[in-house]
Amino acid sequence: MKDTTHSQHGGVTLKLKLLFKLKPWLLSDTPQSAFQASAGRAYLGLLDFLNNRLAVLGLLIILALISVAVFAPLIAPFDPIQTDLSNRLQPLSKTHFFGTDEMGRDIFSRIVFGSRLTLYVIGLVAIIAAPVGIMVGTVSGYFGGWVDTVLMRITDIFLAFPKLILALAFVAALGPGIENAVIAIAITSWPPYARIARAETLTIRQSDFINAIRLQGAGPVRIITGHVMPLCMSSLIVRVTLDMAGIIMTAAGLGFLGLGAQPPSPEWGAMTASGRAYILDHWWLITMPGTAIFMVSLSFNLLGDGLREVLDPKSEN
Amino acid sequence: MKVMLNVFTPRSLSKAFKQTIRLVAIVGVTFLGLLLVTFLIGRVVPIDPVLAVVGDKASADVYDRVRLEMGLHLPLWQQFFIYLKNVVSGDLGISVLTARPVLEDIIRVFPATLELAFIATLMGIFFGIPLGVFSAVHQGSFLDQVTRVIGLFGYSLPIFWLGLMGLMVFYAKLDILPGPGRIDVFYEEIVDPVTGIMLVDSILAGEWEIFWNALHHIILPASLLGYYSMAYLSRMTRSFMMEQLRQEYVLTARVKGIAEWRVIWGHALGNCAIPLITVIALSFGTLLEGSVLTETVFSWPGLGLYLTRSLLNADMNAVLGSTLVVGTIFLSINMFSDFLYKVMDPRAR
Repeated sequence: MKDTTHSQHGGVTLKLKLLFKLKPWLLSDTPQSAFQASAGRAYLGLLDFLNNRLAVLGLLIILALISVAVFAPLIAPFDPIQTDLSNRLQPLSKTHFFGTDEMGRDIFSRIVFGSRLTLYVIGLVAIIAAPVGIMVGTVSGYFGGWVDTVLMRITDIFLAFPKLILALAFVAALGPGIENAVIAIAITSWPPYARIARAETLTIRQSDFINAIRLQGAGPVRIITGHVMPLCMSSLIVRVTLDMAGIIMTAAGLGFLGLGAQPPSPEWGAMTASGRAYILDHWWLITMPGTAIFMVSLSFNLLGDGLREVLDPKSEN
Repeated sequence: MKVMLNVFTPRSLSKAFKQTIRLVAIVGVTFLGLLLVTFLIGRVVPIDPVLAVVGDKASADVYDRVRLEMGLHLPLWQQFFIYLKNVVSGDLGISVLTARPVLEDIIRVFPATLELAFIATLMGIFFGIPLGVFSAVHQGSFLDQVTRVIGLFGYSLPIFWLGLMGLMVFYAKLDILPGPGRIDVFYEEIVDPVTGIMLVDSILAGEWEIFWNALHHIILPASLLGYYSMAYLSRMTRSFMMEQLRQEYVLTARVKGIAEWRVIWGHALGNCAIPLITVIALSFGTLLEGSVLTETVFSWPGLGLYLTRSLLNADMNAVLGSTLVVGTIFLSINMFSDFLYKVMDPRAR
């Protein structure tokens, strides 16, 4: 037992030493390889990022959220679904940290399990909307002409609806439920990504290295996926991170209206809605889940602001 | 001022006019797209649009009749054509819930939303712009930090939750503001809806008691929406002002010995006016979105509440009608602010 802890400590110091030795290599003015150059850049970016305390705080909260979601059954003291009517509307106490709701369920446990739903929604929306946006944007920017006109008109049409209202209409047609909420939010989220990717592509398209690759015989597919898309990534990552807050709030809004996750699942917006009838005497029913939504979207905003300063210094504000 | 007058020469106006025509063409295509989207949502996305209308308890007879009435036996492009013709002639269908034409319903409820969004925008302008100017002038000061926090919270607080917390504190606990609704129950339907805007109607009728009651009711929801408007406007004003303060004419004005407050509030802010108008118009559009959740929280009988009520009752005609109306308003606001921008800023032409 002692041995293992000892060797772990040894491992950490070894790593620190290695990092110390790496520093001159990382900060070298004359990098020997592309890998060294990009590692050096990443290191400088990391230092910049770590200097922004609020952004680090945001990152820590998000990491905490992810671990809470992963270890939810270990953290939550009670079952999030099981009702216990003899224990309903209990105030905060040592057994029920955040009190209990109108069905006697432990609010703390429900919030812990609700973090899974939140991550599920934002993860899926990002996986669906970001690739669609980047595809549409890069193709539109690279080819220009009528392809550009058609794709950008379609993008404009989707941008012409306020996000939440278009999402509401989609959910109305698809029927309530968390999967449909994800689809609806994804459908309304991709247009800004397409706009950004297109703008980036337009600046890259005419550059010499693209012409050089084209002369070597690379086709459009290779140029777009291999050379244009990677260069769009940094501004897109910033935008997606900043959008996470909006996605969380749209999902919670749908849940609040009863169109997202259906009861009894512990979705934070739906929990707020069910606590609505009890605001006169039982403040914790709406306060707790709402604070959770607020904390998570705030930390995504902080992280996004920090990432923007590191990855995308051009766009001030 | 001379510069401002030169803006409206016949030549610049005709140029702006031509560009506007081009813009109208683009907007026309976008509007057609809006219609296509609402049509597809109504007809193609649901697995069975007939079922969505008649419900699953309808007999086969009713089902077939409704199917014929909705024209679902026709090819899709013909259906779209009929839909287009109906919308252009102002027919958005009949609401299942109220049994009245959707357009009539929307016209009836819309003033309530307008009233709310208008007061919220006024609040946003009144507090947000001075706050943004102050924090641009005194960067890093305490007030600048406050502006930053206000902006950050505005992007992170769920509006429905903040509304509920406001109700809990000011209505349930402190009891200094009235609860949900547009007016107290015993005042309802006393005033004739002339404009549909309660504050105006009660003055027109000379019912001051009702006016005060309505004013009390609007404070909380309007400040809620106003907060989001303020968060957005102060952040934008700050960045516009920072850009202006870097310009050399500001230095020139200072060197000439013009009072600092005139340099800031006259010269620099004056040059922010055009982008600010655009931003204010955009924030007015976003308030329409925010009003859906706010009106639900405050039982405010506007377009947002109408939309959510129809949603929960699977009233597709009403849902799509409201979506289309909101999309159209959003689009017109964008077009209008673009037009203003082109008319007023010579560089944008």
